[in-house]
Amino acid sequence: MSQPTGPASRSHARKQPAPPPEPMDVTLTINGSRKTLRVAPWTSLLDALRLHLDLTGTKKGCDHGQCGACTVLVDGRRINACLTLAVMTEGRAVTTIEGLADGEALHPLQEAFVEQDAFQCGYCTPGQICSAVGLLEEGQARTDDDIRELMSGNLCRCGAYPNIVAAIRQVMDSQPASQDGGTP
Amino acid sequence: MRAFSYHRPDSVDAALRGVAGQSGTTTEAAVKFVAGGTNLLDLMKADVMRPERLVDISRLGLDRIEETADGGLRLGALARNADTAHDERVQARYPMLSKAILAGASAQLRNMATNGGNLLQRTRCYYFYDTGTPCNKREPGTGCGALTGVNRIHAILGASDRCIAVHPSDMCVALAALEAVVRVSGPRGERTIPFADFHRLPGDTPHIDSNLAADELITAIDLPAEGFADHSTYLKVRDRASYAFALVSVAAALEMDGQTVRTARLALGGVAHKPWRDPAAEAELAGRPASLESFRKAARVLLRDARGQSHNAFKIGLAERAIVRALAEAAGVEHP
Repeated sequence: MSQPTGPASRSHARKQPAPPPEPMDVTLTINGSRKTLRVAPWTSLLDALRLHLDLTGTKKGCDHGQCGACTVLVDGRRINACLTLAVMTEGRAVTTIEGLADGEALHPLQEAFVEQDAFQCGYCTPGQICSAVGLLEEGQARTDDDIRELMSGNLCRCGAYPNIVAAIRQVMDSQPASQDGGTP
Repeated sequence: MRAFSYHRPDSVDAALRGVAGQSGTTTEAAVKFVAGGTNLLDLMKADVMRPERLVDISRLGLDRIEETADGGLRLGALARNADTAHDERVQARYPMLSKAILAGASAQLRNMATNGGNLLQRTRCYYFYDTGTPCNKREPGTGCGALTGVNRIHAILGASDRCIAVHPSDMCVALAALEAVVRVSGPRGERTIPFADFHRLPGDTPHIDSNLAADELITAIDLPAEGFADHSTYLKVRDRASYAFALVSVAAALEMDGQTVRTARLALGGVAHKPWRDPAAEAELAGRPASLESFRKAARVLLRDARGQSHNAFKIGLAERAIVRALAEAAGVEHP
């Protein structure tokens, strides 16, 4: 391998670093409540949830959009919270795993994950469930193969995939509307 | 991630003012637009890209998909990849494009990523991402780690001795085959860039991915009326069944007269610094019977100058077989 390059040789290294920009106010709706945060521009939505709002249900896995552990719903659509800046979500409605249950009543997907034993260590589970909520909302899945394909952005190192598919299938089958496709 | 300032303008003009005065091309710029953020923020975390200022364009509109006067479709630059792939008109008239988009990334990323951003995503070469190694794309003049390193995923066509990286997009391969047109706004007004001229080969300037200027904004991508809906496909070959970049991909589109090919479009992904098209290979197909034999002949024409690196010579045979299969699927010809 050739010699590594030091920072000094970097053509676009900054000579005089500018003072860090001021934190910014962001107002968004988190699990139904309006919140205003003061965050640095480079704070990811994931870090804002975990570090500023103490919503630690959303997990940091790879922090690069490859594992899906940070999946949350923004305006009802599943996204990777690690690849979104908190400041970009101004005015949006964010739903995390903490916002899915209705009081003590679990969301149907949470119940199905319990019934189908769709996890071992549980670390990826909040992301899996939020992703599955998005999948059902999108209404594109018909078959188990569709579920596998459309859940491929959520990795499970324990390999609970068969039971994850079964849990999603269970909820899909109990919701006739999603069988006709719904609206994307 | 390094510190940067963040701005969210409320109009295209205000967004353009945010990048006014920048010279060169967008890949070198210190002020960057962000929309989906799926690639840029990842590269900023890796310290590969170091913008000083982000201009958030995600709320400028530009997210509609509309009919054009000549019977085509205009895809807004800020329409999300998922919304584009699932648009009924795209599915009915440009099924190859819909298939290509859905072959890329994950559902979450497709919900975030925009059409304009898809064009501007950067290579997934491991050495480009690893700031501890030399890379002419990341740090011009430092050398290429991939040339003598691990280069399984790298180019077999159009590479230079400075860079053997490949463009990672699936969507762009279909857009190349469709001969889409990129619409751009800037301080000099609006202009259009034919898709074939949008991305660049590495040559001596591998740090420049595209011909978009640093003070310009992609506003839309126009699809011509001809979508090859009856005889086209997108075939992606990768190391796992889903959520992986292409080793080789093929967008194949045919116009047929019975069992004869009238015209053909072929674009390859995963093999070069830009979606790869070859007029000679397409001419080889025109007027010939739709048969595995003539498809194989065209594939060999397309790959006549292909050159493997130390770990990726397998891509040449893989590309030949993928081209034959994609053309057979597009033509409705039985294949092994």
